[in-house]
Amino acid sequence: MTMREKIEEAAARYPDRRSAIMPALLIAQEEHGHLPGPVLEEVAEILGVERIWVFELATFYTLFHTEPVGRFHLQLCDNVSCMLCGSEDLLKHLETTLGIGKGETTADGLFTLSTVECLGACEMAPVMQVGDDYHGNLDVARLDALLQGLRVAAGRVTSVEHASAPAPGE
Amino acid sequence: MSEPVLLRNVDAADGHLLSTYEADGGYQALRKALGEHTPDEVIDLVKQSNLRGRGGAGFPTGMKWSFVPKGTDRPKYLCCNADEGEPGTFKDRIIMERDPHQLIEGLAVSAYAIGAETAYVYVRGEYVTAIRRLQQAIAEAHAKGYLGRGVLGSDFNFSVHIHCGAGAYICGEETAMLESLEGKRAQPRLKPPFPAVAGLYASPTVINNVETLACVPHIVTRGPAWFRGIGPDKSPGPKLYCVSGQVRKPGLYELPMGILLRELIEDHAGGPLPGRRIKAVIPGGVSAPVIPESGLDVGMDFDSLAAAGSMLGSAGVIVIDDTACMVKVATRIIEFFHHESCGKCTPCREGLNWAVKVLRRIEAGEGAPGDLEQLDRLCKGIFGNTFCALGDGAAMGLRAALKHFRDEFVAHIEARRCPYH
Repeated sequence: MTMREKIEEAAARYPDRRSAIMPALLIAQEEHGHLPGPVLEEVAEILGVERIWVFELATFYTLFHTEPVGRFHLQLCDNVSCMLCGSEDLLKHLETTLGIGKGETTADGLFTLSTVECLGACEMAPVMQVGDDYHGNLDVARLDALLQGLRVAAGRVTSVEHASAPAPGE
Repeated sequence: MSEPVLLRNVDAADGHLLSTYEADGGYQALRKALGEHTPDEVIDLVKQSNLRGRGGAGFPTGMKWSFVPKGTDRPKYLCCNADEGEPGTFKDRIIMERDPHQLIEGLAVSAYAIGAETAYVYVRGEYVTAIRRLQQAIAEAHAKGYLGRGVLGSDFNFSVHIHCGAGAYICGEETAMLESLEGKRAQPRLKPPFPAVAGLYASPTVINNVETLACVPHIVTRGPAWFRGIGPDKSPGPKLYCVSGQVRKPGLYELPMGILLRELIEDHAGGPLPGRRIKAVIPGGVSAPVIPESGLDVGMDFDSLAAAGSMLGSAGVIVIDDTACMVKVATRIIEFFHHESCGKCTPCREGLNWAVKVLRRIEAGEGAPGDLEQLDRLCKGIFGNTFCALGDGAAMGLRAALKHFRDEFVAHIEARRCPYH
């Protein structure tokens, strides 16, 4: 299905096309990776709604990205339960290992690092969301293994052995 | 209550499939409701059960349903609040991921009772697995005639749609959720009118939490007396408790409403970590005022916790031990509320911004005499002066930390450093 068809399918669920802006933005973000101005205008055009209605949602909800994000968006929860279980040390480790701070993307475009509010998975605190997946009960060793796995998945390294070489910034 | 009710399928490998749900008597409540009861009789069953909303406010569910006007020409809507964002809470995610049909049956029975033909389930966007499982379950239920036109051969038509949230805690507030469903920024509405009269698209609308709806089929099949026989009469039923933080066995526990908080933590969740002592517990998500260790012999139900100066909220139980700094915990909580304030009401938007600045400097060892009195004034300025409960929750939480752990705040200011670092 094209993006337009997917958005029309979503719009059919509501009596008012304005309601379909949020689902349309999620569809557009899936398609384009992020939501720059022209994409927002296209969503407004497809739904036949005011552009300001689309822009105001894209800038209100935190899951919408108006700026590009890396291939893997590391979203570390730092709310109370995760903080009590060690998320601060994990953040420091990520910042050192990746050589970036919160809200930044590595030069190779592979990783964007964010802290997020409660992910609703406190039984496995500390927890981090990467793409669609939750990774829980993290410690530094598990975090390193996860990063290595992501680098392998991205084809940046060919095996786990290569991936364990010191990353930039170490 | 040894046998779990709400969690009976969650450990099954195929708990999310219709076949698992049906094998255990699933959808019999819907069959019974449609075949043996009028919609008003279903409302009466829920009223008699004394079921109270599991989202946080504890409003009687049957009473909420009875506010929906009869004989209106406007469509009626049922909305399920699955925007589980209260820090420390993960019960609804587990129901949706591992037993989604329990929610769908609850939706169908509830929609029949209030006369709605359409339901929207507002699921937070981060819950990708839950959303996929719900979508699969809706398709399965449609194929078997539990949803769609003429449900199970009756004249009841019912469809369920999923609406994905996009990362805004405020959408858990019911009128903000309605704004969001209408495609607007999620900013709460002034009440009245209440949603039951003029909610989604200005039509009569009932908004219920996932766990609340999951209780409904069991009330229909087992009867209101069974439900009222579990826990305190005014606040009964099986209850899901989310235990997290500095505790040996964090997890989701189904136990009777009203169980002692100490019993929940010590006997079920394994107690404190080795060599540690519990200092405090947040009993109902971070909106619920913190309880010091000396207050743990309190019943986990709406009325007992309110009497103890806290609240059951979403039953997100966060255990804090003697290695944690309460100033830091309070700072993180107020940072959260500041981040999630929708910006509509000045006391919440500006007051929390101010409180965060004061708390951060106290935690950094740069606090000044008068800072605690300033925080007291800010709480007073926020509480009761906002459209919705976000500001109230923040103010109540901070007030409780200042009341029970004032010595820790004073120690930070006097020593000009955090004693825990």
